[in-house]
Amino acid sequence: MIDLAVTVNGRRYERRVEPRLLLSDFIRHELKLYGTHVGCEHGVCGACTVLLDGRPARSCLTLAVQADGRAIETVESLASGAELHPLQQAFHEQFGLQCGFCTPGILMSAKFFLEQNPAPTEEEVRAELAGHLCRCTGYASIVDSILAAADKLRAQ
Amino acid sequence: MKPAPFSYHRPRTLAEALALLAEDPDAKPLAGGQSLVPMLNFRLARPSALVDLGAIDELVGIRVEDGAVVVGAMTRQWDLERSDAAHPLLRAALAFVGHTATRCRGTVGGSLVHADPTAELPVCAVALAAELVTSSGRTIPAEEFFVSVFTTALELGELLVEVRFPRAEGPWAFEEHAHRHGDFAVVCVAVAGERVAVGGVAPTPLSWDGGELEAIGDLYAPAGYKEQLARTLIARAREKVA
Repeated sequence: MIDLAVTVNGRRYERRVEPRLLLSDFIRHELKLYGTHVGCEHGVCGACTVLLDGRPARSCLTLAVQADGRAIETVESLASGAELHPLQQAFHEQFGLQCGFCTPGILMSAKFFLEQNPAPTEEEVRAELAGHLCRCTGYASIVDSILAAADKLRAQ
Repeated sequence: MKPAPFSYHRPRTLAEALALLAEDPDAKPLAGGQSLVPMLNFRLARPSALVDLGAIDELVGIRVEDGAVVVGAMTRQWDLERSDAAHPLLRAALAFVGHTATRCRGTVGGSLVHADPTAELPVCAVALAAELVTSSGRTIPAEEFFVSVFTTALELGELLVEVRFPRAEGPWAFEEHAHRHGDFAVVCVAVAGERVAVGGVAPTPLSWDGGELEAIGDLYAPAGYKEQLARTLIARAREKVA
């Protein structure tokens, strides 16, 4: 067992974990933050994407012990109370989700993507979404949501 | 799909990492984990221990020296992709390596040592005549480093320390066909000056001399399809450098 200290959504947690525990399972089962979804567990679907020191990471391809001393942001970090993050608001307005399983990972990837590229083209948004599987929407409304969020964030 | 148990070490220096690997022949080094962790999850890999290289600062960084761009093995792919010092061929090819999230974690050295026959970085290393420097002080030309599928010239317990990419001026091109953007290539082609390297057609990146091109088929594409694809991509790449 290994001692581990991480900051998740601004709050510090200390736990003792098995080395083989995946960061995705640590977030869900140890920290009870169920917003991060687990789909494929081999890095293909993107549902479990979180930010690790500000950069996106597949939490199913990261061991919890690798996150020791680091800062993690999950989808729970986006809204302030009842007020949605502009990305979440855009997904709501543009019908960017149906079942919602893939959404937490897409939101976290999109947050980083729009920080890097505040005024993306549709083609760039589509290329970024290749890292996320959605089986409901056909992606069109997700692309619209991210483009609308980019407008909102630029206007802020 | 959870990894089988293993013990975990996180050394701070290369010397410590080498000592840990020397102690236990069943231990595996862990770089960015973007290939190894899926293999652990599937239990295709069941190492006794992982030696995490993630805290070894001396393995990270990009520097220019003696006409070469030297990239530390633990440099993240995302950082090389955004480095002004990196050859534009590398920057273009890296955009095809997985997705943003895997490039932010995945390392340059990890991809080279994993030696997947369809991966982009090994193909670029061959096209750019890169040299791979190991923890035993060996300097291995890329063409000799890749031995077979998932197999390199590294000895047990030997680590890749850095990669030297000679500074090459002149035209370059990268072409790839994958079933989905970010997937492993079916075939990819890197051209740097006169050098042409092809990935996905052989157990290792193929340094193509302009002669007959024979591909090995796999799960995703039969041999004949790959040969035609390789010829098409080579022609496209050469058009760009002409």
